[in-house]
Amino acid sequence: MANVIRLRNGLDISLKGKAEEVLFTVENPELYALVPDDFHGVTPKVIVKPEEGVKVGTPLFYDKKNPEVKFVSPVSGVVTAVERGARRKVLNVTVRPSKEQEFIDFGKKDVDKLSKEEVKSIMLETGLFGFVKERPYDVVANPNNTPKAIFVSGFDSNPLAGSFEFKLKGDEKNFQTGLNVLAKLAKTYLTLHVNQSAPALKEARNVVLNYVDGPHPAGNVGVQINHIDPINKGEIVWTVKAEAVIFIGRLFNTGKLDFTRTVAFVGSEVDKPSYCKLILGAQLTKLFKGRVTKDKNLRYISGSVLTGTQISKDGFLGATDSIVSVIPEGDDAHELFGWILPRTDQFSVNRSYFSWLQGNKEYALDARLKGGKRHMIFSNEYDKVLPMNIFPEFLIKAILAGDIDRMEELGVYEIAPEDFALCEFVCSSKVELQKIVRNGLDMLRAEMS
Amino acid sequence: MKALRNYLDKIKPHFQEGGKLHAFHSLFDGFETFIFVPDTTSTSGAHIHDSADSKRLMSFVVISLIPALLFGMYNVGYQHYIHAVGELGTFWEMFGYGFLAVLPKIVVSYGVGLGIEFIIAQWKKEEIQEGFLVSGILIPMIVPVDCPLWMLALATGFAVIFAKEIFGGTGMNIFNVALVTRAFLFFAYPTKMSGDSVWVSSESIFGLGKTVDGLTVATPLGIASTGTADQVPAFTMDMVTGLIPGSIAETSVIAILIGAVILLITGIASWKIMFSVFVGGAFMGIVFNQFGPDTAMAHMPWYEHLALGGFCFGAVFMATDPVTSARTETGKYIFGFLIGIMAIVIRVLNPGYPEGMMLAILLMNIFAPLIDYYVVQSNISARVKRAINSNN
Repeated sequence: MANVIRLRNGLDISLKGKAEEVLFTVENPELYALVPDDFHGVTPKVIVKPEEGVKVGTPLFYDKKNPEVKFVSPVSGVVTAVERGARRKVLNVTVRPSKEQEFIDFGKKDVDKLSKEEVKSIMLETGLFGFVKERPYDVVANPNNTPKAIFVSGFDSNPLAGSFEFKLKGDEKNFQTGLNVLAKLAKTYLTLHVNQSAPALKEARNVVLNYVDGPHPAGNVGVQINHIDPINKGEIVWTVKAEAVIFIGRLFNTGKLDFTRTVAFVGSEVDKPSYCKLILGAQLTKLFKGRVTKDKNLRYISGSVLTGTQISKDGFLGATDSIVSVIPEGDDAHELFGWILPRTDQFSVNRSYFSWLQGNKEYALDARLKGGKRHMIFSNEYDKVLPMNIFPEFLIKAILAGDIDRMEELGVYEIAPEDFALCEFVCSSKVELQKIVRNGLDMLRAEMS
Repeated sequence: MKALRNYLDKIKPHFQEGGKLHAFHSLFDGFETFIFVPDTTSTSGAHIHDSADSKRLMSFVVISLIPALLFGMYNVGYQHYIHAVGELGTFWEMFGYGFLAVLPKIVVSYGVGLGIEFIIAQWKKEEIQEGFLVSGILIPMIVPVDCPLWMLALATGFAVIFAKEIFGGTGMNIFNVALVTRAFLFFAYPTKMSGDSVWVSSESIFGLGKTVDGLTVATPLGIASTGTADQVPAFTMDMVTGLIPGSIAETSVIAILIGAVILLITGIASWKIMFSVFVGGAFMGIVFNQFGPDTAMAHMPWYEHLALGGFCFGAVFMATDPVTSARTETGKYIFGFLIGIMAIVIRVLNPGYPEGMMLAILLMNIFAPLIDYYVVQSNISARVKRAINSNN
């Protein structure tokens, strides 16, 4: 096996509620929503009105800064509302699905015969370009930029993420077509875990294959870029999630958009953690109903427990998420004398707890911070879980100070908030690192444009 | 426990903004989080968090200090009985004497320090920071037993305000707070911090022990620094077990070693710093043995240097303070090594002070950011170089 990157730093948190590899079916949701916040960096301009009929592929909104980047309806039906929050920020556009789904037919395409420009315009037209992200800044890609490469991670190493090989079943051909499309746009890298064995992944064509071995965040595309072809100042790379590669493949193979994804429904409060098929934006009320613990305050998360978004029990599946996690909220837990008791049911990387002696015990962690917020006190906590050639603590301090030169010097262009999720988990001072990184990147982007 | 929780929930509103006891909210918060793990849940970013918080980690540092503290108490009694009474008492007499001699210092140190912390937390509308839990116990452990309580109170107040709070509290301070306390005493009241009359208590406490006038007992380092070149105190097992005069808890290598093991197993202190302090000290000790001036201090074997005075205590508990030491991993080796070297250099070449550990650590506290700067700079240069290469 060529090109194996071995990572030592990182952490696999062993959580209760891993998905069993079976599919269950969920009743059709009554509502779908496209949330502009799922596409970070976009200023949405909504182009549909309530009561308007839409098909699968009808644009709902576009980006004011790059009007050619459109975001389309995942289902056909009737627009029910455009919800707005403070300062008229668009929160979501909801669509009530019709019984019979109608698709806009974009026509089958033979990728090999298309030019780079044609491929790009098809992706823009069909709203798939919105699933391409760009670093620096970790935002929706600007189609006018020329990336030096496109990176796809073939696995998700987040806690309880589930297996991409399982999610890929039935879509192997579409995945390869999707990779072919990306390869038209720029040199494409696909990175796999050494334990992955699906032929569709290991024998993927038109891409540069790399393998990673090691704990989370080995599956983060940012970590992979840092080791394969790091981003220097002035360079741009695009990243696409593996699930979105399947969307792209389906379009070119069938001419229709199909935003169905296999979602891992996981967490300690899920009765039978396993997989189900959902279209992005689906309202999850029916998924949660009867499948989660009762008589407990719960936290519903679209995404992983480290990087996901908290949603209500009537919330929607995020546009880029293929995990739904349910954990205890924990606000009713009152643990005594936490500073000294052994607390064997709690997980810690620090050996003042006993999780280092408890082997592969699975923990049911809740959403408490489990400590007060402090200044950074203990050193080397972040370095141990961030396998990148970066000094995380110093970078965070540069971001907090708003020192742009220093941020650049320390490698801010290479990171995304998700890369700091594990650092945030282990931080004994409970610093909100992902928020700091996000604000820092946004600030930098505003300064640089 | 449910009852306690309900009671706290009932009185909590009084301490919140607008409540009649709002002036004591930091006190209430400190008490509540002491009993119960805070139940605030995450509002951004990661939804789950590691159970380690600064309260837990600081508590373990305090636990690691307890063997040295208990032994220190015993040794205070032991030294008093040997030198003032003239014969050994029973174990409980000696320990009881030491306990009674040390306890007021702990009370004063915590009382003054935590009092200031509470007031400042209240004023800044923040939670109470745990940093002083460790500093507060360190302070009475590193002063001579005869240090008067009012001096201790003054020095503690000075250190907490001027070495910590004006920088922004725990995590922002440049100097180790406990060492600043000691340095303040050392320079403000040198007669009570050095010399031959401060290391052994000469008062009877509650009928224990005996009051004698003009008792002078020199520490082995004191003997070496004032004596002629051939008066190197012979290395004895007492220097390892700690039955020698010195600051209250610095004498026992064994008790400190137990603390070191706790700190290293839990990973709270950096082994890199501890290890390199000893390497630096041993290296400099050997250098002076070979090429040093013709004095007792220079002739003292390197292992005796490491066992005596505050060397072990400083290496294990002071140099590893995460806030004031180097924060990069490479930097930690350099930081520790230079502390070891400086401590021995000060001991041997400075005629004024027989002990060098305190000043060595404070000095390197100043240089820690500089060391980190160069380590981080190498990462920056590598990144710049990478960019140049990729553009060509």
